[in-house]
Amino acid sequence: MSHVFLYALVGVGLFTLGLYALIVHPHLLRKILAINVMGSGVFLMLVALGRRTPGTLPDPVPHAMAITGIVVAISATALALALMLRVQVETGRAELPEEPLE
Amino acid sequence: MQQSQPLKKTINPKPMTEGVKKQLLFRLLLVALLSLLATGLGYAVLSLPSSAPGLSELVAENLETSGVSNPVTAVLLNFRAYDTLLELGVLLLALLGVWSFGAVPERRESFPGPVLDTLSRLLVPLLILVAGYLLWVGAHAPGGAFQAGSVLGAAGVLLLLAGWRPGARFVGLPLRITLVAGLGVFVIVSAVLILVGGRLLEYPPSFAATLILLIEAAATLSIGITLAALFIGGRPEAGPNN
Amino acid sequence: METVTLLQWAFDVVLGFSLLWIAWLALTSLDLFRAIVLFIAFGLLMALAWVRLDAPDVALAEAAIGAGLTGALLLAALARLESNNATKPTPEKDHQPEAHD
Repeated sequence: MSHVFLYALVGVGLFTLGLYALIVHPHLLRKILAINVMGSGVFLMLVALGRRTPGTLPDPVPHAMAITGIVVAISATALALALMLRVQVETGRAELPEEPLE
Repeated sequence: MQQSQPLKKTINPKPMTEGVKKQLLFRLLLVALLSLLATGLGYAVLSLPSSAPGLSELVAENLETSGVSNPVTAVLLNFRAYDTLLELGVLLLALLGVWSFGAVPERRESFPGPVLDTLSRLLVPLLILVAGYLLWVGAHAPGGAFQAGSVLGAAGVLLLLAGWRPGARFVGLPLRITLVAGLGVFVIVSAVLILVGGRLLEYPPSFAATLILLIEAAATLSIGITLAALFIGGRPEAGPNN
Repeated sequence: METVTLLQWAFDVVLGFSLLWIAWLALTSLDLFRAIVLFIAFGLLMALAWVRLDAPDVALAEAAIGAGLTGALLLAALARLESNNATKPTPEKDHQPEAHD
């Protein structure tokens, strides 16, 4: 048990936290923030588990995947924000309609 | 923020007690399910062996033939170069998606103020220099095309915040060529390599360093301009008359 | 040697809890502007976590993108959201404002 597992568990926590916020909040900007937090949790878990190498050097493959993922995340965020603004122009609100629970 | 409070109250004119009770039940169920998920994931993480070499040995063995000495750059631009190739495609696709919603909204006319103006004049050349440095140093130390490209994108965002807008001369074909340069150079290199050597993105070791730098330079430029264009939030119009 | 590892453990634990705490604050804050600023702070803490995991490449990318550019994008979108709200209090379809310059 090393600090690697601590960070991996923090990643799990961030993923769960983001998923909760994604489901609960109706506002689209909050949903976008929540997805970003979820993504950060996934990257943290990936890189932390890639650090379990016996030597001093970490595994570079998860690092490369995390860098790629970060750039994809920002482009997806930009597209999501543009969609959100479009939703607001069309409906007047940037929130999903609150459905009554059946 | 001020408006959302009364808005919310008018949206839910239903009898409150019933709704609140259901809402609370829903939240409790959600928290229970998510705790279950977190416990399961945490258990899965902790049950993994505490020492796993992964692919680090394989990367270290082949590092000499990759053309660079930074293992992360070697993975990004050589061993798993198709990831990066597709990722540049994703970036371009996201920009196309944003552009498809129409032209730039023309309502922000705020004056930047002297501090931001001076700061951007001082910082933008420095940021461009840092981007060049990160691009060059990525071959043997932390850095590379993505980091350099995002610094370049930050410089572009700073310029846009200070009120600069791309001129009509730049907006048309030159902008589009710059945006696709990274993906284009990558695709051309891989096509040439297939024709010469028969394998996708398998660089000959003697040319590897040059090819990687070429691809990275084009990718840096494209990533930077794409990020700045994403910040504008719409398709820049070609001329001032439409 | 013992005190160094102990300090590192303390740092890791504090950083881990700060990450979770700031993420929670950012996702539950009532004010959207506040939420975005907290999210930028979250990105900077993530960069620290990457350094602790011996991933300086990821730390550089996160510091530039996660903390810098994402924050700028989110704040710009929020400003547009609010200016849309201010100019159009009623949700009407026709968006043909005054003649553009």
